[in-house]
Amino acid sequence: MNAIDLAARVRRGEVTASTALAESLSAIDARNDELNVFLHVDRDGAEARARAVDDAVAAGRDPGPLAGVPVALKDNLCTRGVPTTASSRILEGWRPPYTATVVERLVAAGAVPVGKTNLDEFAMGSSTETSAFGPTRNPLDPERVPGGSSGGSAASVAAGMASLALGSDTGGSIRQPAALCGIVGVKPTYGLVSRYGLIAFASSLDQIGPFARSVADAALCLEVIAGHDPRDTTSLPEPAPSLVSHLDDGVAGRRVGLVSELVEGADADVVAQVERAAAALEAAGARVVRLSIPELRLGLSAYYLIAPAEASSNLARYDGVRYGRRVAADELGAMNEATRTLGFGDEVKRRIMLGTYALSAGYYDAYYGQALKVRTRMIEAFRQAYEQVDLLLGATAPSVAFRFGEKTANPLAMYLSDVFTIPTNLAGEAAVSVPFGTGAAGLPIGVQLLGPGRSEARLLAAARVLEVAS
Amino acid sequence: MSGLSRDEVAHVAHLARLHLSEDELTTFTEQLGQVLAHAADLQSLDLTGVPPTAHPFDLRNVVRPDVVGESLDPAEVLAEAPDAEDGRFAVPRILGEDL
Amino acid sequence: MTAGWEMVVGLEVHTELRTATKLFCSCANEFGAAPNTHVCPVCLGLPGSLPVLNERAVEMAMSIGFALHCTVAPSTFHRKNYFYPDMPKNFQISQYDLPINSSGYLDLPDGSRVGIERAHLEEDTGKSTHLGTSGRLHGAQRSLVDYNRAGVPLVEIVSAPDIRSAAQARLYVAELRRVLIATGASDGRMEEGSLRVDANVSVRRPGEPFGTRCEIKNLNSLRSLQRAIDYEADRQIELIEDGGAVRQETRHWDETTGVTSTMRVKEEAEDYRYFREPDLVDLAPDEAWRDRVAAALPPMPGVRRTALLQHLEDPTDAQRESVEVVLDLDLDRYVHGAAEAGLDAATALARTANEVAAAEEGAERLTVEAFVGTLRLEASGQLSATQAKTVLADLLAEGGAPEDVVARRGFTQLASDALGGVVDEVIAANGDEWARYRDGDDKLAQFFIGQVMARTRGQANGKAVVEILRSRRG
Repeated sequence: MNAIDLAARVRRGEVTASTALAESLSAIDARNDELNVFLHVDRDGAEARARAVDDAVAAGRDPGPLAGVPVALKDNLCTRGVPTTASSRILEGWRPPYTATVVERLVAAGAVPVGKTNLDEFAMGSSTETSAFGPTRNPLDPERVPGGSSGGSAASVAAGMASLALGSDTGGSIRQPAALCGIVGVKPTYGLVSRYGLIAFASSLDQIGPFARSVADAALCLEVIAGHDPRDTTSLPEPAPSLVSHLDDGVAGRRVGLVSELVEGADADVVAQVERAAAALEAAGARVVRLSIPELRLGLSAYYLIAPAEASSNLARYDGVRYGRRVAADELGAMNEATRTLGFGDEVKRRIMLGTYALSAGYYDAYYGQALKVRTRMIEAFRQAYEQVDLLLGATAPSVAFRFGEKTANPLAMYLSDVFTIPTNLAGEAAVSVPFGTGAAGLPIGVQLLGPGRSEARLLAAARVLEVAS
Repeated sequence: MSGLSRDEVAHVAHLARLHLSEDELTTFTEQLGQVLAHAADLQSLDLTGVPPTAHPFDLRNVVRPDVVGESLDPAEVLAEAPDAEDGRFAVPRILGEDL
Repeated sequence: MTAGWEMVVGLEVHTELRTATKLFCSCANEFGAAPNTHVCPVCLGLPGSLPVLNERAVEMAMSIGFALHCTVAPSTFHRKNYFYPDMPKNFQISQYDLPINSSGYLDLPDGSRVGIERAHLEEDTGKSTHLGTSGRLHGAQRSLVDYNRAGVPLVEIVSAPDIRSAAQARLYVAELRRVLIATGASDGRMEEGSLRVDANVSVRRPGEPFGTRCEIKNLNSLRSLQRAIDYEADRQIELIEDGGAVRQETRHWDETTGVTSTMRVKEEAEDYRYFREPDLVDLAPDEAWRDRVAAALPPMPGVRRTALLQHLEDPTDAQRESVEVVLDLDLDRYVHGAAEAGLDAATALARTANEVAAAEEGAERLTVEAFVGTLRLEASGQLSATQAKTVLADLLAEGGAPEDVVARRGFTQLASDALGGVVDEVIAANGDEWARYRDGDDKLAQFFIGQVMARTRGQANGKAVVEILRSRRG
């Protein structure tokens, strides 16, 4: 059941949160061994929350807009007393002493967090294959990846284990798995959602957002988690925007730019669906123009310098001193090194080394410094595009869900899965992936709508048009 | 820019407190070299005069009032420590500099 | 200093700020608490935590900048990356190419001026205790870390290499300490580590370019600072004169043995990989905010020193020392009050630096009016110097007005009626001396004053005694 209807029925007392939770848990029990979606299911915590919601309803109090809705949390969101690993050995067994702002907001709105979902280690990957705890399988075809890095969260919603899930998107980690699992995923404007309690990968790019089976559910979830948080300096100063009330605004009169760089190199089945989506928007009253934004081609290179640079510093704290695992040695430096060498997987090590190199003396200007300037150009290019159009349209991912091992041998091939999603992160802007038709092997395809900062209401209304037309 | 050397990868691994076997050093040198070669398209751009963007938007002077809030319970904090003694985090002996 | 050589010294002073909370989180900034009781996700560097800048720390940093005549400008925060267990994130948030304060100076009491290159905000580290043989890191088998200090706000003040002697270095730190205390930003306690000094020392023959410098750490007192700089300069001179060369390195000062020794060589120095801290935004205080902070700043010690010395003609060394005492204890108002009332400034300075300074917290009870009143009674001869000191002591202990103390102590009686009786007794008991005095030997007045003082336990006014003697002589 979708989240909006479920919450409405729970609030009216037609169904209990405990019943909804039981359904969620039985879906998890049925398929989690096969799919490896949840790393940890917090049964006791969830049952207590569900009871609290039911008690509130019984007592005539409103438990909130997400009353009784089971939600899944990407395991890079801190939850007090509940294991949080970022899918890394180095954090195995860690129980944070605090809870992320987004989780507090979900709970305050009546939602019931059911557990922590698998991801690529520290969100570094596009398939969940870099998780230290094994890959997650795509519920639509278990021989294929669910995408990543938020693969577990996407799979949890696609498999009906949760009505909503939270992921984090640094270079496409919400939108790409949403596309590959056939659901809706939103990457909000940088700063719209608090990052407090999100285990950092690349701080200037990371943003938390929702997965849902409908555009309306995604809008509701985003309304709940968005809004200023004094604990995050980079949080936008204003309260959460009104999104649900704008869902039926449509696209009549909107100018939409179909961007050649956002379909370039994509499989034919993907391109075909993007063209069909353009036609659907046109049919709904939008004016579609074809655009080229050549700067977007530079995104991948800039991203794979900026994100690893920030990551190399963000991940320095995992040293075996204060929390998480320690590999013993008789001297501090050796202990730090042994802990990190055994605690991190290869993809994380690759990015830490790449970032360390990009920042090191003698190379900073050529790599990191140059990438920051490209970022300026990218922002400027988007700004100019948005002088001509209201929204941009393109593919989310170059292909439908791929098979396990297909891209693990060549890191660069894997990095190319994010080529259409990365520019939005570099610009700090907003984008939505919405399922639109199917492609090879009958697998879902996602199309991507992009907008300037704070354009979520406009984007979700357009996504709703595609959802209906699909 | 091209050609990341094996020695450079070894140096970077040391800075990052990572140990690489000889085989890993070979593999990582090759893989990182590929990524940097892809990044070569940035080096060829003339970006003189373009200011860097470290942040996607322009917020400034975000501060909080100097008011004491809650700290954590030391017992809860130290329970997560791999090694602790006497209310403090314990580490093995530190070689190198003296402070 | 060996003849033919000149030392060149630049100092880096770290001062902890006296905020209520840490730089980036709301944990208490308090010295001496039980270990790891002032820690939270932010200052422990827990995954997912984010820094939020303390407004008061920014204002204190600006105050320091204004006090040191710096340009207070838009600034940014960077991460300085290196591994050390005292540092919870294995990077320190500091300011790099754009510090909040730059290009200032500090004038020293000896008339010299030392340039200030920058004074920037950064976070402090935690504290390790080394277990093992000596309590020092060397030879320790295990270290224990307390993060209460991690994240405490610091301002690092970097001087230009303008200092030319160990004594001047000491003078600089002493004056800087006074300035920091005056701004309210620091308590200036070197022994608790809230003020820490590193010295960059090099030597050269006068007129030649700067030599290779060594940085000396662990200077916990003004005495250590002066001794270590002198030792280090001599070491470098000796090395060069013996045909050697100074190696750029960080050296440790050992207070017990009185020598510096190598900590780490420059070649081993870390590559800090500075980059903009993405979790913080630009710090660019607008004019209104800067003006507000500048306006709230009290007068600095240099200005106050000049004002106090203005009351004195050709001040002696002892008087200059008294001025420093008055400055350190913030007692300027008494000297200024007396001087403005037309009383002798030297006496006022002496009474303030001695009597008033000696009374702990007594200045809270002694009003400027009462102080001036007491000195006026002394100047007019109604009180002896000893009586005036007694009156001040009473006022410092209990407050009130000098007239009341004089009345209670009976000093007025003694000064008029009773004193005549005492003088008569002394005359009667010393017939020979009286005869000689009466015959014109004025030097004997001192003898009679001494006798009267002895009988009155010093509570007589010398001038009044002489007047009575003269009247008896007829």
